[in-house]
Amino acid sequence: MPELLTVRNLVKHFPVRGGFLGRRAAVVHAVDDVSFSLGENETLGLVGESGCGKTTTGFSILRLIEPTSGEVWFQGENILTLTPERMRKHRRHMQIVFQDPFGSLNPRLTVERVIEEPLLNHEDLSGAERRTLVEEVLVMVGLLPEHMTRFPHEFSGGQRQRICVARALVLRPRLVIGDEPVSALDVSVRAQVLNLMVRLQRLLNLSYLFISHDLAVIRYVSHRVGVMYLGQIVELAGTKTLYAKPLHPYTWALLSAVPVPDPRRARKRIILEGDIPSPMNPPAGCRFHPRCTEVKPICREQAPIMRVVENNHAVRCHLYEDGEPWNPALPAFRKS
Amino acid sequence: MLSIRDLKTYFRTPQGIARAVDGVSLDIGPGDVVGVVGESGCGKSVMALSILGLLPRPPAYFAGGEIRFNGQNLLKLQPDELRRLRGNQISMIFQEPMSALNPVFTVGNQLQEVFQVHRNLNRSEALQSSIDMLARVGVPAPEQRVREYPYQLSGGMRQRVMIAMALACRPALLLADEPTTALDVSIQAQIIELMIALKEELGTAILLITHDLGVVAEISRRVAVMYTGKIMEEAPTLDLFDHPLHPYTRGLLASIPRAEASFETEYMNEIMGVVPSVADLPPGCHFEPRCPEAIAFCRAQAPAMEEVWPGHRVACWRAAHA
Repeated sequence: MPELLTVRNLVKHFPVRGGFLGRRAAVVHAVDDVSFSLGENETLGLVGESGCGKTTTGFSILRLIEPTSGEVWFQGENILTLTPERMRKHRRHMQIVFQDPFGSLNPRLTVERVIEEPLLNHEDLSGAERRTLVEEVLVMVGLLPEHMTRFPHEFSGGQRQRICVARALVLRPRLVIGDEPVSALDVSVRAQVLNLMVRLQRLLNLSYLFISHDLAVIRYVSHRVGVMYLGQIVELAGTKTLYAKPLHPYTWALLSAVPVPDPRRARKRIILEGDIPSPMNPPAGCRFHPRCTEVKPICREQAPIMRVVENNHAVRCHLYEDGEPWNPALPAFRKS
Repeated sequence: MLSIRDLKTYFRTPQGIARAVDGVSLDIGPGDVVGVVGESGCGKSVMALSILGLLPRPPAYFAGGEIRFNGQNLLKLQPDELRRLRGNQISMIFQEPMSALNPVFTVGNQLQEVFQVHRNLNRSEALQSSIDMLARVGVPAPEQRVREYPYQLSGGMRQRVMIAMALACRPALLLADEPTTALDVSIQAQIIELMIALKEELGTAILLITHDLGVVAEISRRVAVMYTGKIMEEAPTLDLFDHPLHPYTRGLLASIPRAEASFETEYMNEIMGVVPSVADLPPGCHFEPRCPEAIAFCRAQAPAMEEVWPGHRVACWRAAHA
């Protein structure tokens, strides 16, 4: 798959102000040196626990949060260097679906107004043309044209998430970032929305960056998966490889900790000691070393870099020192 | 020990009567672990709150049934009788450990209160007991932690404090309402292990309320599946996972992505439609509008729970008479 999006060495530090006259008191290392690429028509899952920086990564790519440094290559340009006007031209190709379908829809706008808003911002169309497009996308996400005149509160959580998907897709973007798009939904409705997203990817050749804490969902929807811990990707591999043969000790623990709906499964759980350290003051050396079962002296002193261990399996861990340092390819320039 | 019979907890709302719990029967023996699974709005939390008498009345009221705990009908108890029971013999842990702890008192204050109220210990004894209890639930440096406020603790630590508080008086029954839902996977695993260990050690019976079939499979001995205020199916855990009978149970189990499933080769199993509102329920079986196996009869009349084989009960016309 040719690359659509390449992120290189993305960093986002949030200053924490405090103390006398609001001096800079500390820095939250929300995202620290994240690199990955996403192919056309591909789904990359980003999985991690709360505070690992997965959402900040997604927001930084869209520049909803301005990253501190790094590169985000999209359609042949490093979009972090673009002026606001030039950035606007790219925005229509990159959309987002948020976690909370209750908070992300304006309760005062009808469904039609919600979905046509991107068209008003980016296209110069007549009212009738807009209406046709809104109808079309509503049907595409499994709602009915007559839903256009209703308000968000008249819909269930799953239907609202469909409205959010419709809003993201009305401009026919290339990239959709899903920030925990099914986490707020009940089990029986979650499957409906996941199937919808899969169907739409095939229909519209979308690329998804799918962010979730749910390892089972990520496994189902992703071609490749990146595991994040404390602001860094610690392992990145094809989905089957990652789940069958994880390399990083954190991934081992994470996979073993998930409750499995099979009462017969013999439990060999790796219980991680303690909590995730604060990203305000991440541990020296490898960020995972205080909780790691395989910790070596070098882990306390030196931070490991991402290395390619086998084909397309990259890991950030001192256990795998023979791999080549890893850097994702840049997307080829394509006019769209 | 606890026996719920035909419990009906309704709410008066401006839109009419919402039958949040509608005819639920459930038994829990000493040392038993029973899981109640269901999606949001199915009435599982209202059922737990009914046991402890923690629902605001009005709007809630009991339209029928009884909850017997060691022979006493809890629904008939006076408020102060119920208060003596709460925390002492039955206690509860909640989903959100931050909002369940009082932010302006230290962890120690809140834990000591339990010992002082229910065990009549003096302050220094209560403090020592608090420290012991914190150590027991795996809080590191408990002597220091008792002096800290909830905001100084992480989510996992707060949930441990909640568990310490709930188990302080060695209750016979613990109601755990989504105890691991707000926690991260690695912390969730710690709390599940802790609950299993404490159950073995103290012999506390647990009523575990959750939407997560994975958590249920890990801890429960029996499972009840709830939908719109009714129990649809109840069976020993292994039996339920091996032979789910109700179409809703089967749908739920199939909606969890299987390990080998990938979107590249298959779609996920969906349950069509949405959960109906408890204020506007279908006339017959509540699941009928979404049920792939419904027949005309299902719409006409709601099925009652029937025992299909020993220990396995189901409320479904087709499953019970297949």
